[in-house]
Amino acid sequence: MTRCYSLILMALFAAVLVLFAGSLLVGPAAIGLGDSLAALFRGEGEMVTLVMREVRLPRAILGVLVGVALGLSGAAMQGLLRNPLAEPGLIGTSASAALGAVLALQTGLAAAFALALPLAALLGALISVLLILALAGPRGAIQTLILAGIGISALASALTSLVLNLSPNPFAASEIMFWMMGSLADRSMLHVGLAAPFILGGMLMMTRAWRGLDALTLGEDAAASMGVDLMRLRLWVVFATAAMVGAATAVAGAIGFVGLVVPHLLRRAVGASPARLLPASALGGAAVVLAADIVVRVIAPDRDLKLGVLTALVGSPFFLHLILRRRKDIA
Amino acid sequence: MSPVLQLSSLSVRRGECPVVDRADLSVAAGEFVGLLGPNGAGKTTLMRAILGLLPSSGENSLRALRPEARARHAAFLPQEREIAWPMPAEDVVALGRMPHPAATPAQNRAAIERAIAEMGLEGLRHRPATELSGGEKARVLIARALAQEAPVLLADEPTAGLDPAAQISVMEVFAAHARAGGTVIASLHDLGLAARHCTRLVLMARGRIVADGAPRDVLSPENLAEVFHLRAHVDWRDEGPIFQPLSVIGR
Repeated sequence: MTRCYSLILMALFAAVLVLFAGSLLVGPAAIGLGDSLAALFRGEGEMVTLVMREVRLPRAILGVLVGVALGLSGAAMQGLLRNPLAEPGLIGTSASAALGAVLALQTGLAAAFALALPLAALLGALISVLLILALAGPRGAIQTLILAGIGISALASALTSLVLNLSPNPFAASEIMFWMMGSLADRSMLHVGLAAPFILGGMLMMTRAWRGLDALTLGEDAAASMGVDLMRLRLWVVFATAAMVGAATAVAGAIGFVGLVVPHLLRRAVGASPARLLPASALGGAAVVLAADIVVRVIAPDRDLKLGVLTALVGSPFFLHLILRRRKDIA
Repeated sequence: MSPVLQLSSLSVRRGECPVVDRADLSVAAGEFVGLLGPNGAGKTTLMRAILGLLPSSGENSLRALRPEARARHAAFLPQEREIAWPMPAEDVVALGRMPHPAATPAQNRAAIERAIAEMGLEGLRHRPATELSGGEKARVLIARALAQEAPVLLADEPTAGLDPAAQISVMEVFAAHARAGGTVIASLHDLGLAARHCTRLVLMARGRIVADGAPRDVLSPENLAEVFHLRAHVDWRDEGPIFQPLSVIGR
């Protein structure tokens, strides 16, 4: 099992590397393989270097970061809630981050300086975490946590709709609509610099949750009797998820179904242990987001197909398939 | 012999109302204690309080221990046989090693193998635990608790929902564990099983411990009538007692 597990991790890591390279080599600017590598590493050719270093490199790095954030937090939420249908958006962070971004777009703040939009989204995410902890209380039971998350999600989505509803400017409205679909196009190293600390910090926090999630397989009482501090475990997972999903939404918009589907795809392969699933799902999430981001560029190079649209289009049938399989298990 | 678990005047309150009321209990190594009492008597609450899963007042020898040290001293088998993910049975058993971060891989492996052998799980070890039958799941979870290698094992209704042979096997495993120097405290509803296999019975009613001692003394006609509203036939034979409830006494 352990050898098999390291093989899976290595295979996933190799997939991420290949897709990362693929992401660097695909784009509307037709640049040869040799030229692009020369530009990337040695800075040969001014235009090509600009495209490689300022356009494709941040896009590929963000693909990895966003994918890791979604895959890892999805696996952690499923482990915490002991439910395969849990997903990172459940605690309301992504909807709140989206609301922050939408407000930045609507007020024109986003046009004023480059990082206004992601910063507003991060602020939205932060407010949602504080709200959820205030609502669920520090000892918050899992049920209360989920219900508070659903309530905050609904409120944030309603407020987002209200902004769209009252938007006097059709251009702002359409800009908001497109942003909400989720994309990695036209991002810069500034976005990478903004998201990376939160996502890396979230990954570090998740390492503290590792063992506790495994013990939770046997229920809360059994886990507590094995020495797991449930309150602290919940706080770690909620904070880590909020930091990662908040940052991912801030730089990429809403990218659905990755956090739900990737842990599922890998669960059986890693022997279903929630702890083993965390690193596998992080790598798997990165691979899926990178792959999807390559696909949107390849199948519709001139139509700006949004990444979030593609992941939802591919993800939802898979989700339905899961429900069908679960129905069979229950029956 | 010094007790492995000592409670004095342990109380758990839910609001004003005491759910466990000034419980005194001292358990030594080698005992297999059956915790008896009707539904709502406070058996589960008492066990959860002993493990520090509920706030309680009074003395509890486990309370001074930090959570991980406590987990090395007492293992818990909750009544719900919950296994959330389709992990191989052997990986579920391995979860019991969590409170031993300082143990070497060889020590962990040895403890897991002992528990698997003791519960006869050799043939099931690679099967996903969620796909096992109720009795098999119970054995896997008991093996998990045994792998924890704690001197005290608390089990909440370990025989509930099992077929008769599985019930007896569980009781025999616990009795063997106690004979080997371990301590088991199990809440039980089947008074016949309790009378046959436990070395000592503790009877609870409305949050209080009302009787504590040898099975023969605890399962007296007076206690059965007062606590369980039962009239029963008990035959204390050489090959073990035979207990048969006969009728309910009007409340």
